[in-house]
Amino acid sequence: MRYLPLTASDRAEMLAAVGVASIEDVFADVPEAARLSGPVDLPRAMGEIEVERLVSRMAARNVSAGSVPFFIGAGVYRHHIPAAVDHLIQRGEFLTSYTPYQPEVSQGTLQYLFEFQTQVALLTGMEVANASLYDGATSCAEAVMMANRVTSRKKAVLSGGLHPHYREVCETYGRFVGFELSAHDPVPGGEDFADGVDRGTSCVVVQNPDFYGEVRDYSDLAQVCHAAGALLVIVVTEALSLAAIRPPGDMGADIVAAEGQSFGNALNFGGPHVGLFATRDKYVRQMPGRLVGQTIDAAGRRGWVLTLSTREQHIRRERATSNICTNSGLCALASTIHLALLGEAGLTRLARLNHAAAVSLAERLEQLPGVRLLNRTFFNEFTVRLPRPAAEIVEALASRGVLAGVPASRLYPDRPQLADLLLIAATEMTTDEDIDRLEEGLREALA
Amino acid sequence: MSDWSRAASARRADGLTVPAETASGNRGLQIEEPLIFEQDSPGHCGVDLPEPAPFRSRLGGLDRQGEIGLPGLSEPQIVRHFTRLSQKNYAIDSGLYPLGSCTMKHNPRLNEKLARLPGLADIHPLQPVSTVPGAFELIDTLAHWLKTLTGMPAIALSPAAGAHGELCGIMSIRAALEARGDRRSRVLVPESAHGTNPATAAACGYTVDPIPADASGRVDRAALEAKLGPDVAALMLTNPNTCGLFEREIVEIAAAVHQAGTFFYCDGANFNAIVGRVRPADLGIDCMHLNLHKTFSTPHGGGGPGSGPVALAASLAPYAPLPWLVHGPEGLELIEHKAGPTADSLGRLKGYHGQMGMFVRALAYMMSHGSDGLRQVAEDAVLNANYLRARLADDLSLPFPGPCMHEVLFDDRFLKDTGITTLDFAKALIDEGYHPMTMYFPLIVHGAMLIEPTETESKASLDQFIAVVKALAAAARTGDAARFQAAPALTPRCRLDETTAARKPVLRWRPELAQREAAE
Repeated sequence: MRYLPLTASDRAEMLAAVGVASIEDVFADVPEAARLSGPVDLPRAMGEIEVERLVSRMAARNVSAGSVPFFIGAGVYRHHIPAAVDHLIQRGEFLTSYTPYQPEVSQGTLQYLFEFQTQVALLTGMEVANASLYDGATSCAEAVMMANRVTSRKKAVLSGGLHPHYREVCETYGRFVGFELSAHDPVPGGEDFADGVDRGTSCVVVQNPDFYGEVRDYSDLAQVCHAAGALLVIVVTEALSLAAIRPPGDMGADIVAAEGQSFGNALNFGGPHVGLFATRDKYVRQMPGRLVGQTIDAAGRRGWVLTLSTREQHIRRERATSNICTNSGLCALASTIHLALLGEAGLTRLARLNHAAAVSLAERLEQLPGVRLLNRTFFNEFTVRLPRPAAEIVEALASRGVLAGVPASRLYPDRPQLADLLLIAATEMTTDEDIDRLEEGLREALA
Repeated sequence: MSDWSRAASARRADGLTVPAETASGNRGLQIEEPLIFEQDSPGHCGVDLPEPAPFRSRLGGLDRQGEIGLPGLSEPQIVRHFTRLSQKNYAIDSGLYPLGSCTMKHNPRLNEKLARLPGLADIHPLQPVSTVPGAFELIDTLAHWLKTLTGMPAIALSPAAGAHGELCGIMSIRAALEARGDRRSRVLVPESAHGTNPATAAACGYTVDPIPADASGRVDRAALEAKLGPDVAALMLTNPNTCGLFEREIVEIAAAVHQAGTFFYCDGANFNAIVGRVRPADLGIDCMHLNLHKTFSTPHGGGGPGSGPVALAASLAPYAPLPWLVHGPEGLELIEHKAGPTADSLGRLKGYHGQMGMFVRALAYMMSHGSDGLRQVAEDAVLNANYLRARLADDLSLPFPGPCMHEVLFDDRFLKDTGITTLDFAKALIDEGYHPMTMYFPLIVHGAMLIEPTETESKASLDQFIAVVKALAAAARTGDAARFQAAPALTPRCRLDETTAARKPVLRWRPELAQREAAE
């Protein structure tokens, strides 16, 4: 077997050194009845050629985003990934290293995580960011739990414009961890939070742009929250929008929970992605997840270490701020490299390209009979109302080789009033020809 | 820059003169690398993008004002920067990585290649299900392998990591208890457990009740059984445990646990020791997470991403998190909401469908090994650990007698009166070109050193490591404490001041901070 270096004679020599007659002897502690006498009922070993053939066949049954006009977003966006990103993250020293608990042999990982934390803090307009969490949805749930710790309260208000998966993850954590949620109706349009925020509220969770793509100013809401002693959590599911829109920090957010997939990470059918998490300095000791800090070594040279780990499970055990151990290190590296390549000029231009593509698309679709744009504002994704259930139209377009967007009913199957809504995204990957194909497809499907 | 011209050079034993300091601060292939923020060339960019044609903004006047503050660099600068950073890391690719309980095994590159196939990497979780049948086929195949290997009837694939899988498991257990109107308050966790176990139980609202180990390093069965009762929701047991030992009485323990109406959760971090040889279901386990980034070789990536599927007994399967992939009359069916069969699901734990990229890698790994190869994985992993145990038994000190499973635990008695700690000893390994073993864990052994070689080390590699550890142990015994206390000395950085890092946290680069440092 190509991954196993021991030879039969190695094994014999080693068994002798151990002082046993056979490998069964080292498994002696396993109850006899539980020991399998032979291989389980699964296929036997395969060479690289066979495995590649089998997995490639499965892959070939899927319609990949790059092979069709593609307009799907809803929290996962198809952006170009510069070739250098994937090359660099596959360097074995990054790919095959462990969590940097031993700083002397992990300065590479620690330094890029410090750069990542700085990039995330700058983008969100916050003071401090952690070294990543699993994904945006779990970051959101962690944000609520952190707000509960900071305020010693246990009731969060969730905007109806929050991504439904984010809301559902919060609900799961709420049920088992023990906090209350009051979720607004998921209908497009403005919301009034004034009545819902009181002295028992730990935080209000809103999203920008919201699930339907609307860009909002939450500055007033921040004041409402702070007057009630509650925190404002701003969720961002399209991190690229941070380069175009007033950042959460400027709007008065106390915690930002975001999905960073747009920077350097492929769609991956939904994972792995990378959760971004940022807050104010004063709350840093209540943060979940790993943090990298700058320090000096015994010779006075600058270096980096994992720090404030007394918050974490491996030190604090049942009193930890979170049970999180693994994060999304390599995905964070992809984000760091992509952002480093883009830089200030490239990132802001990329954001303009996305916005321009979406504006151009919206202007075209607005002209179609029966299609109504619901958004007043948007970044690279918006919602249209169709004259028929959107899921049917999406299927019809898929059969014509166009992946048109996400019907709201996919996420809200039991809300008939949302059945005609379609979320449509455009990015720098969207070509004029793609837009022509979508327009033509929609025209035919609606005819 | 240091005043290198006056620094003394050292003449080595072989007659070569080595500069004490260099003009650059670099030492041969060890190259100092500033932060990207310190290499800013404003306006520069490593990606060429066109400027869009003029358009009418729809941001509603909420445009971002002012600069973000990101530095501008070209592609060659970026490639060099991250290449240099990578060279400051230890990795499995460069050497034996003996971290106990972490299963740092070789990461096959075929898995990387397959995870990047456009038909798997470039598909969206919300594209019409009719356009991704191959993705569901792959997930279903993975589920079949994991169910067969664990002997469990159901598998929840969405948890993003081991600790997330623990949450999934304990939440499932609580949901099952609540469904039968049973409110229980305690979870039993051995003192030797991973920190995530008590953290998970506490997060789910349970009181953590620790169970001591017996003299053999296994859970004290009498103490455990004395603590069982109608208020105990679950036992969280790691098997093989974190001392690298198989819980010999696990079947009896499972029976006692079930007798008390308690669920048996197993932390599957150490599944590598028994994969293909023992099915957890046959031990009486109700629920177990699997770390795909351990046993099934998806890369650790400097701390993630991971994937932590949870195998569930029939009693817990109805509570599995969303989404579900089920075999329906028309083939595989994705259920993303609570309805019908999923009515009792605990809900959603993560966005979308789980860590697909990790599923591809783990499946490719399992298919490569096959049922026969996976069995060999467990055997070689256990043999390698026992070989280290046997060869180092006289040099280090073993807290528990008898053979171990996939990892071997030493304590610090062999360092008694040397002035050298476990930390010093481990740091000295770095100068010898090795990553340290897991230190001070499990907590039940003084100065613990937990070594897990994995099955992907050759005998020659183990022999070399053994020789180094023997030499260090001999040096420690002869009282060369200063060398250990100063170790590592040959790395890009020697020991770092973690106290100051925590006391005055500097968690990001700031231009004003950089200016102040330059002035000092």
